[in-house]
Amino acid sequence: MGKQHYQITVNGEAKDILAEPRELLIHTLREQLNITGPHVGCETSHCGACTVDIDGRSIKACTVFTAQVAGKEITTVEGLGEPGKLHILQEMFKEHHGLQCGYCTPGMITRAHRLLQEIPNPTEEEVRFGIAGNLCRCTGYQNIVKSILAAAAVMNASQEAAE
Amino acid sequence: MIPARFEYHRPADVASAIALLSEHGDEARVLAGGHSLIPMMKLRMAAVSHLVDLQDIADLSGIRIEGGRVTIGAMTTQHDLIVHDGLAQAAPILREAALQIADPQVRYMGTVGGNVANGDPGNDMPGLMQCLDATLHLVGPDGSREVAARDYYEAAYMTARADDEILTAISFDVNTGGYAYEKQKRKIGDYATAACGALVTMEGGTCTAASIAMTNLADTPIWSEEAGAALVGTACDTAAIDAAVAAATAAIDPTEDNRGPVAFKMHVAGIIIRRAILRAVSRA
Amino acid sequence: MTDQTPISREDRVEKLKGVGSQRKRVEDARFTQGKGNYVDDIKMPGMLFGDFVRSPYAHARVVSINTEAALKVPGVLAVLTAADLAPLGLHWMPTLAGDKQMVLADGKVLYQGQEVAFVVATDRYAAADGIEAVEVEYSELPVVVDPFKALLPDAPVLREDLEGKMVGAHGPRKHHNHIFTWEQGDKDATEAVLAGADVVAEEMVYYHRTHPCPLEPCGCVASMDKVNGKLTLYGTFQAPHAIRTVVSLISGIEEHNIRVISPDIGGGFGNKVGAYPGYVCSVVASIVTGKPVKWVEDRMDNLMTTAFARDYWMKGKIAATKEGKITGLWCHVTADHGGFDACADPTKFPAGFFNICTGSYDIPVAYLAVDGVYTNKAPGGVAYRCSFRVTEAAYFIERMVEILAIELGMDAAELRRINFIKADQFPYHSALGWEYDSGDYHTAWDKALAAVDYEGLRKEQAERVEAFKRGETRKLLGIGLTHFTEIVGAGPVKNCDILGLGMFDSCEIRIHPTGSAIARLGTISQGQGHATTFAQILASEIGLPADSITVEEGDTDTAPYGLGTYGSRSTPVAGAATAMAGRKIRAKAQMIAAYLLEVHDNDLEWDVDRFVVKGAPERFKTMKEIAFASYNQAIPGLEPGLEAVSYYDPPNMTYPFGAYICVMEIDVDTGVHEIRQFYALDDCGTRINPMIIEGQVHGGLTEALAIAMGQEIAYDEMGNCKTGTLMDFFVPTAWETPHYTTDHTTTPSPHHPIGAKGVGESPNVGGVPAFSNAVHDAFRAFGLRQSHMPHDHWRIWKIANGLGLHG
Repeated sequence: MGKQHYQITVNGEAKDILAEPRELLIHTLREQLNITGPHVGCETSHCGACTVDIDGRSIKACTVFTAQVAGKEITTVEGLGEPGKLHILQEMFKEHHGLQCGYCTPGMITRAHRLLQEIPNPTEEEVRFGIAGNLCRCTGYQNIVKSILAAAAVMNASQEAAE
Repeated sequence: MIPARFEYHRPADVASAIALLSEHGDEARVLAGGHSLIPMMKLRMAAVSHLVDLQDIADLSGIRIEGGRVTIGAMTTQHDLIVHDGLAQAAPILREAALQIADPQVRYMGTVGGNVANGDPGNDMPGLMQCLDATLHLVGPDGSREVAARDYYEAAYMTARADDEILTAISFDVNTGGYAYEKQKRKIGDYATAACGALVTMEGGTCTAASIAMTNLADTPIWSEEAGAALVGTACDTAAIDAAVAAATAAIDPTEDNRGPVAFKMHVAGIIIRRAILRAVSRA
Repeated sequence: MTDQTPISREDRVEKLKGVGSQRKRVEDARFTQGKGNYVDDIKMPGMLFGDFVRSPYAHARVVSINTEAALKVPGVLAVLTAADLAPLGLHWMPTLAGDKQMVLADGKVLYQGQEVAFVVATDRYAAADGIEAVEVEYSELPVVVDPFKALLPDAPVLREDLEGKMVGAHGPRKHHNHIFTWEQGDKDATEAVLAGADVVAEEMVYYHRTHPCPLEPCGCVASMDKVNGKLTLYGTFQAPHAIRTVVSLISGIEEHNIRVISPDIGGGFGNKVGAYPGYVCSVVASIVTGKPVKWVEDRMDNLMTTAFARDYWMKGKIAATKEGKITGLWCHVTADHGGFDACADPTKFPAGFFNICTGSYDIPVAYLAVDGVYTNKAPGGVAYRCSFRVTEAAYFIERMVEILAIELGMDAAELRRINFIKADQFPYHSALGWEYDSGDYHTAWDKALAAVDYEGLRKEQAERVEAFKRGETRKLLGIGLTHFTEIVGAGPVKNCDILGLGMFDSCEIRIHPTGSAIARLGTISQGQGHATTFAQILASEIGLPADSITVEEGDTDTAPYGLGTYGSRSTPVAGAATAMAGRKIRAKAQMIAAYLLEVHDNDLEWDVDRFVVKGAPERFKTMKEIAFASYNQAIPGLEPGLEAVSYYDPPNMTYPFGAYICVMEIDVDTGVHEIRQFYALDDCGTRINPMIIEGQVHGGLTEALAIAMGQEIAYDEMGNCKTGTLMDFFVPTAWETPHYTTDHTTTPSPHHPIGAKGVGESPNVGGVPAFSNAVHDAFRAFGLRQSHMPHDHWRIWKIANGLGLHG
């Protein structure tokens, strides 16, 4: 089977992708669309560096074919903030030293984003369990957990202020 | 790690999927969540010429609880199991177990059907289904049939399912007794070193029903009828639990791997089985 | 233009964000938005992709390679084999350890995963198809995975290329699979002390094979421009300048025609120091095809072939008086280097700085011998988040001290205390040849013990043992103690070089007219935050805000020559170069200020960000004013502009130290552990950015946790690697990782310009023995002396089982 057309929406933009059915989503994003925030770390769905959000679910883009996600909405770390303005999670990762080499960071933040949608006010234990699909070799997680808890606090405070 | 070329099919109904499987024989594989199959394809350890993606078949998803019976569509994900409050009432052991499978991302993709169907001895759902005495619903070119989970597994990756059959759903009775799923693993994302599901019903201080099944302790899941029988009719006192653990460990046959040698696994299995029973009894 | 803003001195210091500031990282805005630029993000027009056919066998002859079918695969352009590289002399390459390594299998393979052929294709999918189509016929040979068996007289010859060559890069070889013997200290005196000692504790301590496993694997993009003859090589290089020199030496391309660029690096931990066949093949493929060629390994390639760490069998004897005063230390190491000797140690140190193995203790006499051995395993032996072989040394001595405590029936904390080098003994000359620069071990130790209520913990532990014996619990409590001394900052050019390149480092600074600056260094960050911290060092030296200073690294065309980032050498060496270059800037600035203020140089004093006339605080020139003046005033006797460069050759290493305590609960029946508390006190001298130090400690401790508790590169008897994916190679998630408590004392280095010592690797060096000692300590009451790492569930279970604790 040769290349096929697949329609996907990435960070709010409709894309027409021409790819072999065996093309992995991570390669479509990185090679075809130049969306290089999601990274390849382990290729066996253990490290989470390739995490993206698909229709409200955190997914490891190294273990899904682009063919499978045709018709779906995909959000990557590039789609979280606004140009020139960091998302609260991005801001808190910077504030609390939640990253070092930066390689796991896009996947980690994308996962944390979904986690806070599901559990807006998590405990430390819930954060640790909720990011256990994302490996980091640099930080020992302590400041990542701190960053996510801080982001939750800021998001909840602004939510309350709005109400 | 790049998979070989294949043709991709996305049928809209079960009949079309079966037709594809019939047409392509053992060159075709169904794709559910893909988190077992795709890594194998990337390592080129699974040769697949035709990939039949089941995601568009609406009737394969969803959880129904009716008339004391729970039916779960094969394409229902682990994540769906965890967040379903009705299921948490009807069969709380499933949420407890699903939370111990893989990691959050994998649970969003990994399906009950995929976990149950392919016969990977490392998967947790097969043992659970045996514990629950679930019925597996298979559909093939000649129509549908039902197979008891306790009869489904023949050897590692060998099951009662024919190549041109699809697992569409599993069903089991609402479970109101005590429950526990105990799993020892090296880390999040690992298969079990030893795992055990236990369901225990107590009435007036006496055990009236018990079911004990184990994961990754043989080349298939192991349901031990004798272990359950050792508890039924007793108060689940120490002697009865000792007998149940002895019966359950007599039924397993673990192999050495990176998690450890056989003697270690046998010993840990005994501990995990005991803990599962004790916790299930405490909840009964 | 005069800056007369009347702000307080305190505010001016604050504004600089200099040394000691918890400055937020300048790198993070990019990384958090997915705008990092890692090697696999690099794309060039017409770029091809190369990947390897690898050996499934650990030891085999390559009988034939048939590339015909592969060349017919759509998208495949070329398949390189050793036969193609041989005419160029590139089928072998030199290693950093003075050995040579096959680039592509030359007649035989020596380990599973070894590179056999290089397939070049239009993209990685076509390359993967091509690899599958290459037909290689192997004839299997006997495999040796045990270094002791490798030295038996009838062991198979692994390195046929070395047959008959009985002198290697590090002296005589005594067997066909022997690489070197390295001896330090006084053998006779040590043996005499052992013979006459009250007590001698003897033990074999194994530090297993593991792997740095950065989250980003190794890779490169090579682009040979045939028009202008220039080679550009992007890659995951911890030492870009050294790579440029190596590439020049082996390719014959003149060094000025090679530009090596390390883009953002997704973690290194030692894995990205050496040169790999992928780099050479990419360069050759780019020359052959005239197009840029990318090679990026996958995780299995990474774990199975590029730069493992450790694999040291350390036999030790430690002598002491009845009262517990250590009188001598003897050590013999059998070092498994795999199929080629590809360590990245300084040339004169084939076992790195393992001779720091006397640790934090005042040991009068010691002897050390290390034998390097070839086996059918992957090459490497790199410093995984530690200075060269220092974590092995720290683990060795911290285990030996614990074992001596058992032998003496003493408390292990007290035994350490009576043997520590005392504060007034620094600079301290160790029995194995080092000069420790500074330390105050007793203060750190007492602070650590008090912080965890050590006496209370021992009491609880004793009660737990009694409860266990009574059958009331199945959990034991372990208290893991460690006091480590690191040796980092290689190093003085007089004794430290790699491939003849002295291990200095460098910094070049340019001050712009409006008072901002760029600093370029020979190092390269892999997550350590150099762009943040080096600007802080400079801010304090030159009085310009760190936020106005750009730090640039990694491009050999623009950065001054340096030996790169590993062995915690960036702060001790490049950090010092930065301070020294800053001081050159300040010296010239002082002359400019004197001219502007019409006073003599000596009438000025430095005050945070300005030169002030002594006794007349209202008369001053800020650095910003001086910078502008340097570009717009003709000052007699001074060249225009404000620039400086410093090549810093450190007079000595630095010796960070620390006291770590781990409290661990162990389930005797399942081998499952839980870390209840971990306290880490680090003394890294002057603290440049406390926030970054704390982050480095958390990360290093987690790598130590992994190594001690489960992470290993394991082989079966056929030489098959059993731990090639992250399913089996243990990298802890947030769930398995405990919360850490960090603390510090500050004992500056007397010879470093700002007193800093380096910290990134201390937590790995100290963490591994702390975790391991906790496991051992839990079973001390039941008679355990030594059990090898990693302490995964089954090995802990095995300890309990061996001690009869399963009834």
